[in-house]
Amino acid sequence: MNKISVIIKREYITRVRKKSFIIMTILAPLLMASLVILLPILMTTGNKDFKKIAVIEDGSDLFVNALHDTKEADFEYLPGANVNELIKTFDSKGYYGILYLSPEAINTPQLYSKKQPPIGILEYIQGTLQKEIEKKKLLEYNIENLDSILKQIRTTVNLSTQLVDESGVATKTSTEISMVLAYILGFLMYMLVFIFGAQVMRGVIEEKTSRVVEVIVSSVKPAQLMMGKIIGIALVGLTQFMIWVVLTAGAVGVVKATVLKKSDMTEITQNFSQNVMTENPMPAAAQSAVQTNPDLAELTQIFDKAMNQNWILIIFSFIFYFITGYLLYASIFAAIGSAVDNETETQQFMLPVTIPIILGLVVAMGTMTNPESSLSFWFSMIPLTSPIVMMARIPFEVPYWQIALSMMIMVATFIAFVWMAAKVYRTGILMYGKKSSWKELWKWLRYSG
Amino acid sequence: MSLFEARNITKQFGTFTALDNVSISVPEQCIYGLLGPNGAGKTTLIRIINQITGPDAGELFLNGQKLKPGDVQQIGYLPEERGLYKKMKVGEQALYFAQLKGLSKAEAMRRLKYWFKKLDIVDWWGKKTEELSKGMQQKVQFVITVLHEPRLIIFDEPFTGFDPVNANIIKNEILFLRERGATIIFSTHNMGSVEELCDNITLINKAKTILEGSVDDIRSKWAANEFELVFSGDVKIQGNGQYMILAQQFEEGRSTIRLKTTENVSGNEILNSVLKSGTLVSFNPALPSMNEIFIRVVESRN
Repeated sequence: MNKISVIIKREYITRVRKKSFIIMTILAPLLMASLVILLPILMTTGNKDFKKIAVIEDGSDLFVNALHDTKEADFEYLPGANVNELIKTFDSKGYYGILYLSPEAINTPQLYSKKQPPIGILEYIQGTLQKEIEKKKLLEYNIENLDSILKQIRTTVNLSTQLVDESGVATKTSTEISMVLAYILGFLMYMLVFIFGAQVMRGVIEEKTSRVVEVIVSSVKPAQLMMGKIIGIALVGLTQFMIWVVLTAGAVGVVKATVLKKSDMTEITQNFSQNVMTENPMPAAAQSAVQTNPDLAELTQIFDKAMNQNWILIIFSFIFYFITGYLLYASIFAAIGSAVDNETETQQFMLPVTIPIILGLVVAMGTMTNPESSLSFWFSMIPLTSPIVMMARIPFEVPYWQIALSMMIMVATFIAFVWMAAKVYRTGILMYGKKSSWKELWKWLRYSG
Repeated sequence: MSLFEARNITKQFGTFTALDNVSISVPEQCIYGLLGPNGAGKTTLIRIINQITGPDAGELFLNGQKLKPGDVQQIGYLPEERGLYKKMKVGEQALYFAQLKGLSKAEAMRRLKYWFKKLDIVDWWGKKTEELSKGMQQKVQFVITVLHEPRLIIFDEPFTGFDPVNANIIKNEILFLRERGATIIFSTHNMGSVEELCDNITLINKAKTILEGSVDDIRSKWAANEFELVFSGDVKIQGNGQYMILAQQFEEGRSTIRLKTTENVSGNEILNSVLKSGTLVSFNPALPSMNEIFIRVVESRN
């Protein structure tokens, strides 16, 4: 046991001292934070790539001024222009496309363009024309004060979902937040398992190619060396993850502070933490701040809903699935590393290992639209994909028995994989110049001590 | 009494037999040569002694006791395929390996200082391994191998990569370790160093022991009935009923003749019959080199 700790210490310290580790650990949250800040800015300043669209109406003027310039496109009404002529020259005249409207076929307007137009423009044109035509049809009924009536009946519906538990307590949730969370959790799990698993493989190959390994295994058991390496790198991963959590939380705090007013800020943040524990409704002070500023209201609501997620469960299962998923994949990676003489030879082994990870990621992304589907269920049970898929499902509330079952399968599988990997590893690390294959690995698995 | 003993070791990899009923017995404070052509099974035997792999059949004893996992601390091993972590500093690395052998950090530090000073490599302590030449790395590896003062040390080709000066330094260190009580198993293809260093040997070929015993016994046994005579001047001798001529040559005013006697013919009888042929300069029983024995034994088996 003492020797494993010597190995863990070396694996941990040599990695944590590396410049690349320090840079990544500090830079990644900064990048994340700047993404969080920059993304909304980029989205609101919009697309600088304006498109000019010519609008031609065939022998009528029903839609003059109906289409207004948007962020994506300008509409230029050309009365009396000939569509057949313009169709040959619109490109050189600086138009992106021609919208052709004809009273005979009022429900089927045409948009001519050189390239496939973006969906946003299409939706805008369709929606506007639809409303305009409906309005025109209504006008024919000669209703008095039609404009004010229309204004009065205009409504926007904002569907808010509430989850009810057995005791009847309702919690405000947001499907969007669950989706974002599912995406982040699934992707983060994928990245961490893959990055640190591959580090184990590189470490094993380094020891093998530099021929250090035979000296070491004359002092410790190969399985001890393998576990020491896997655990050491896991600790590196957890260290990095913890620093990221702290730094990201700090960065988000700074962002919040710049968006929210300072005075409201302190009270709101104070109560956020309470909300997590007790699920209190928003405090009065925050509510009054909300009423005065609608932007702030939306933001506060988002935070409020985010805080209603079951964070304790999320963090616990994330750490659990990271550790077990990592152990599972790291042991496979260690076995592969032991079987090859250099890194380029790993490629033939990588595909069968990468497929389940990628498959997990794809299913996890699909999970966000339908977390209860049987596909999501089964992939969150299969141990090679469950860390990613289950993490994507948890923000949508998964029955506890499913989480428990998935975790049990995970534990049983990782133990089996570590055991098998240790057997392959023991033979592989001392085998040089042999062309290895899955068949060869299977043979090594059955060699006796 | 023998310090280390391996009895009837058999090891198979799939259908391939690496060791077939091999036994060795290494006396205390002996330098024991483990010889054999490439692929004979030497490395497998060494790995079994180091408990890196286990035998399929057979037993191992250290100091009369059955070999157990904790005994790795009493064994030092310098493998043929050896290396160090390239990016790690020499000193840190030596400390790491010492701790893996069970030494405390402070004790390892004290002994490392002694050895680094003795081998004149103190300046390398803070250097990365990749900055060192191959010979320099070998010196560090030698220190790592012997640092925990093992009772049994296994050297697999310890002299490769060394220049003659450093090879001599290492040779003297090996002899010094033996003086201080260590027992050494020494595997090499360099038969010159076997004659120089080894007391006993075992020759393994194709997974089986084909020759074993003390170096002196083996050489005189193989030398049986061969003599080398040197005359001044060009002298030729004819074979007769007592002996036959193996080789004769004339070079720089001297004739060297090798002959083999039939059984029960003593040196004196040969001397009597050749003395008249010319002026005898020297007369020796011809001991074959270990190299010759090695080649002859292995080839006769193939």
